[in-house]
Order: sequence, then C-alpha cells, then structure tokens
Amino acid sequence: MTDNNQPISRKKFMEEFRRYQKGSVTRRHFLGVTGLGTAAAVMGSAVPGFLPSRLNAQDLGNRVVLATWPNYHDPANFDMFAQETGVFSQVNVFGSNEEMLAKIQAGGSGWDVFVPTNYAISTYVEGGLIEPLDLSKLPNYVPSAFDQRFSDAGMIDGVVYAVPKNWGTTGIAFNSEKTGGVIDTWKAFFDGAMDRFDRRVMVHDYQLTTIGNALAYFGHSFNSVDPNELADAERLLVEVKPHLFAISSDYQPAMRNGDAWLTMCWTGDGKQMNVDMPEIGFALGKEGGEIWSDYYAIPTGAPNREAAYALINYLLAPEMNAREALAHGYPVADARTNALLPEELLNDPILYPAAEELSALEFGAAVTLTDPNRAELMARFKSA
Amino acid sequence: MATTQNRARAFLLAPAGLWYAALLMLPLAVVLVFSFGERSAVGGYAPGFTLDQYKNLPARAAAFRNTLTLAPLGTLAALLIAYPLAYFLAVKVSRRWKTTLLVLVIVPFWTSILIRSYAWIFMLGGKGIPALLEAIGIDDVRLINTPFAVLVGIVYGYLPLMVFPIYVALERMDKGLLEAAADLGTPPWRSFLQITLPLSMTGVLTGSMLVFILLMGEFLIPAILGGGKVFFVGNALVDLFLQSRNWAFGSAVAVALVVIMLIIVAFYSRAVKRFSASRDDVGLM
Repeated sequence: MTDNNQPISRKKFMEEFRRYQKGSVTRRHFLGVTGLGTAAAVMGSAVPGFLPSRLNAQDLGNRVVLATWPNYHDPANFDMFAQETGVFSQVNVFGSNEEMLAKIQAGGSGWDVFVPTNYAISTYVEGGLIEPLDLSKLPNYVPSAFDQRFSDAGMIDGVVYAVPKNWGTTGIAFNSEKTGGVIDTWKAFFDGAMDRFDRRVMVHDYQLTTIGNALAYFGHSFNSVDPNELADAERLLVEVKPHLFAISSDYQPAMRNGDAWLTMCWTGDGKQMNVDMPEIGFALGKEGGEIWSDYYAIPTGAPNREAAYALINYLLAPEMNAREALAHGYPVADARTNALLPEELLNDPILYPAAEELSALEFGAAVTLTDPNRAELMARFKSA
Repeated sequence: MATTQNRARAFLLAPAGLWYAALLMLPLAVVLVFSFGERSAVGGYAPGFTLDQYKNLPARAAAFRNTLTLAPLGTLAALLIAYPLAYFLAVKVSRRWKTTLLVLVIVPFWTSILIRSYAWIFMLGGKGIPALLEAIGIDDVRLINTPFAVLVGIVYGYLPLMVFPIYVALERMDKGLLEAAADLGTPPWRSFLQITLPLSMTGVLTGSMLVFILLMGEFLIPAILGGGKVFFVGNALVDLFLQSRNWAFGSAVAVALVVIMLIIVAFYSRAVKRFSASRDDVGLM
C-alpha cells in the first residue's frame, strides 16, 4: 500500500513495474506497493449473498444450458451470475413451444433450464419430461407474491413443476409511418397483408399464434381444434402466404430496418421496438388472441441440475427480475419485483393493457400443443 | 492359402463394412421402418404398418417442386460462375499469384455458412441493394425472402465446391496442346471448345454432382434467405421432425427424397458413362 493510502499514480505504477520487470524488487513488494495484491484479494472474496452458501458454489459446476425465447433476457445478468458463481450460461433460443417439445421428446437436449409456456406444461408432466421442483432450492420463489393467473399453470395436481418467469400477450406490432395508423384487428392485419401491405407482413413460425390469430380473424376461438374452423384458418393462411414478408418468430430485425411493417408480436418485443423507434406501436387484436405466462422448468435428467436451480433462483430474486424486466419489457407477476420497477413501466399501455382489452384474450389450451391437425396444418401452410 | 487370403481380406474389409453398416445402412433402415409407422398422440413415432404416410406425400409437393427446380438451377448458376473463375485461376494467373487467389476462394469456408448467409440478409434487405437501386431510380425492388435470394445464397455458399474440381482438371491440362493448336492456325474459341472444354469435363461433372447432391438436402439457406416462404424438402423435414413432430411422415418424405436422388444420380452416371465412352481421349470419373 502507498503511504497516504491514495491510489498509485500512473507514472509511479510504471516505475514500479519496470523495477519489478528488471528484478530489482520482489513480486510481493510490487503487488503491495501498487495495491494489486489487495485488489485481487478483495475481488476473490466478494461473492454477494444470492446463494444459500458460498460452499455450494463448488458443487454447481461451471456451465448451465438455458433454452429460452428471443430477446427475453439481459445478457449482463448472465455475466453477473457467472462472476458470482463461476457458472457460465449457454443460451439457446427457440421460436415455438413445439420446437422445444420436439427437442426434449427426442431426448438428449442437454438443457438444464428451459422456458415453457403455460399450456405446454401439462404435456411435459404427462410425458415425465420435466421434474417436480425442489422449492427449498428456490428460496427466491415466494408463491404468495405472484398473481395466481400467471403462476397456477406451473402446479399440476398440487406439485410445482415450473415457476413463473413473465407473462404477456401476443398482439400486433405496426410501423405507423408505413401503415398510416394503428392496426388493432386481425381482420385489418390479414386483409392488409393481401392488399396495402403486400409482402410487408410477418407471422410467427409458431402454430399456436399463427393459426390462433387466423382463427380469431373469423371470430373463432384462438384455441379451436374444430376441423371446420381449422379449415377456415388454413384457407386464409394459404391465401395470404404469397403476400407475406416472412414466416418467422424473429421479427425484430426486419421490423427495425423497415423491410416489414406489420407483425405478430409478443409484448416485450413490442416494447423493445417501441422504445427505440416510437413509430412502431403495439396493439392487441380486438377479435381476440393470446394471453400467456412463461415458466422456468428443469427437464428430467438435466446434466447440471444444481446450476439450474441456482440460475432460476438467481433470476427470480426481485432485484434481478426487475433488471430483467427493464431490459426485455415483459410484465412480471411478482409483486415484490413490481415494487422495484419505475412507475412509468407499470403504467405502460404496452405492458399492462386495460383490463377490457385483455378480456377478449385466451390462454393457450394444452390440446393445441399436441393436436395433430393443428401441427399438420401449420406444416402444410409453410410448405404450400 | 486361399482361406488365409480370404480371411485377411475379410479382416481388412471389416472396418469399412462396419462403417457402412453402422453409419449408413442402420440409420436408413430406421428411417425406412419409421416411414411405415404413425405419429404418436403427443407427437413423435408410434409403431405401425401403414402406407398412409406415403399417401400423404402430395401434401409436400410444393417442397419437392421447389427443391427440384432450385437445386438444378443453383447448380447451373454455380457452374456458369465457377467455370470462368477456375479457368482464370488455372490458365491465366501467374504462378506468383495463384496460391493467394486460391486461398481467397477458400477463405469464406473459414466462417460458418450461417453467418455468411446472415450477411446476405442485410445486402438483399431493404437497406442493401434495393436502396442502391432506388438511388438510381429503380423503385420497390424486393429481393430478400424470394427464390432469387435463395438462389444467390446457394451459388455463393457452394461456389468453392464447384471451382476446385474444375480448377484441378484445367490445371492438369497439357498447355502444349493449346500452343500446338494455335501453331496450326486454330482460332482461340475453337481450341477452347475442342480442347479445353472437353478436357475439363471431368471437373465440371464432378463439381456439378457434388453441388447438386448437397443442394437437394439443403435447408439452411432457404430458411435464412427465403424467410420461411421458399421451402425445400430439407425444410419440410426439419419442420416435421422439429415442429409438428410427425416422425413417421418425416421419414416417408426422407425416403422419397433418397429415392428421387438415387434415380437422378443413376441417370446422371449413365449419361456420363455414355459421354466418356464416346471419347477415347478423355477419362471420366
């Protein structure tokens, strides 16, 4: 340490460094006089108390594999998690629950944590594909703090298989400079695609929302598996296909650079685009559509189970959850987290639409995930 | 003596035989068995014996049509661009520059095709080439997510595979033949048609086959540059296995693709044999 306890000057540091290089002072003297030794010691011991105990850190391994959705995390938080636990997160991004289910069904996904949507959880449980969660390892999950609507799908027959991440809606993002105003019906969305917005419209590469919103166009239920109603949806989708810009769940790049003007859009993506480009707005389809909640779950036989628990617990800490929400713009069902969020975010019409706008929306139904007709309809639409 | 020889032969063939059995025949057999099965209730494969999957093949007619037009077209376009390049490298370029230029042809292979295809998204997207065209007065050109974009991506991605076989064939060519022809008063275009082109056919045919076979199974470039609208059989397969989880139907589509490929390759090699038999001066494949 320097005598006056001030940081060493740059010039002095270089002098000491040269002396150390030449061998005229010892390493111990060099580290002491420059303060590097102290810094290293402090950094080595500074592990904040997110983990139950520091000793656990040794058992976590150094890797956790997370399967999640596009634009759904703040990468900085993974870096912090790595700094504090030594566990590096490897993130895989998917565009649909079907894709996630297919990976897990095929076996050997290698995932430790993934993010299924409410309606998919029962299928995973029936197939023995996810494990009941040991809540003692998730002290940051406090069920009473969560809005039941967005946390109850994680519990099946009284057993908790998944804990809530975020909730949101699937609506319409529109570039108002190009569309000339708000697009807030699926009628305007699909009709516009075939007319004014030819080859400027995107639909998800996701049967639930693409078929569901086509069903909403006709006033059918978003979740319908009725063959006649599905035939309506298929007719519309096949007719609109040549007029689409793309079929993809990664729509932000095309919306941002102006290639696409209109897209099916999840809440947080709408918010992210709206923040950067105010001309891009977000609206819910008046006929109906989806309201959803996503959950963290651990696949059966996850290779890094302890790290998986640590990561979920880390991200569910209210202060981390708030950091995440500020980055991705998806609403959180956790009252403790919301208490930390700025007022304007909690009053944001994209994140928290008026209750009457939500009333037309439906949660996805489990049957849509496994219904062979919906699956084949989507595949036919894409290969048409 | 003979048995020892046979035994030695069997021993030496064992690794190759095992390789064929484990990595080629077994997976194909699995696919064949699956193709007669059914989709299980939650997706995946359920055992069964039905021809339903094959009956349903017309539902993917568009994917087969796209593949069977864009794969040959892509091969042809790659050939037309690769030939002059290979010719230039093999015949025109001085020895000093040859290595450097050859390395430049390979360099793109050092980066993933995924990333290189993404670069084309920006070039073909509204802020790329269409913006340049707009500046010179050609409005509203849409390139990205069209069959043309997929074709560009294909040609770009597979060009080196076409360049190298042709380059090797041209490089091996005896340049003295061209000088002799010139001495005897043959105009350059004729010596190209009568000497260079026939002697490089080995490379042309090898390169074309290589590119064509890979293109028939392509799915990445159509997915990235076709925006999910230009759909190859490869994309249909990805969809059936990774989204709609209909392994049985997916297997039937895969079997159909393999059969179509076998037929095309059989015809192709017969045509090549006939071609090489007609010329005793060129050894082919």
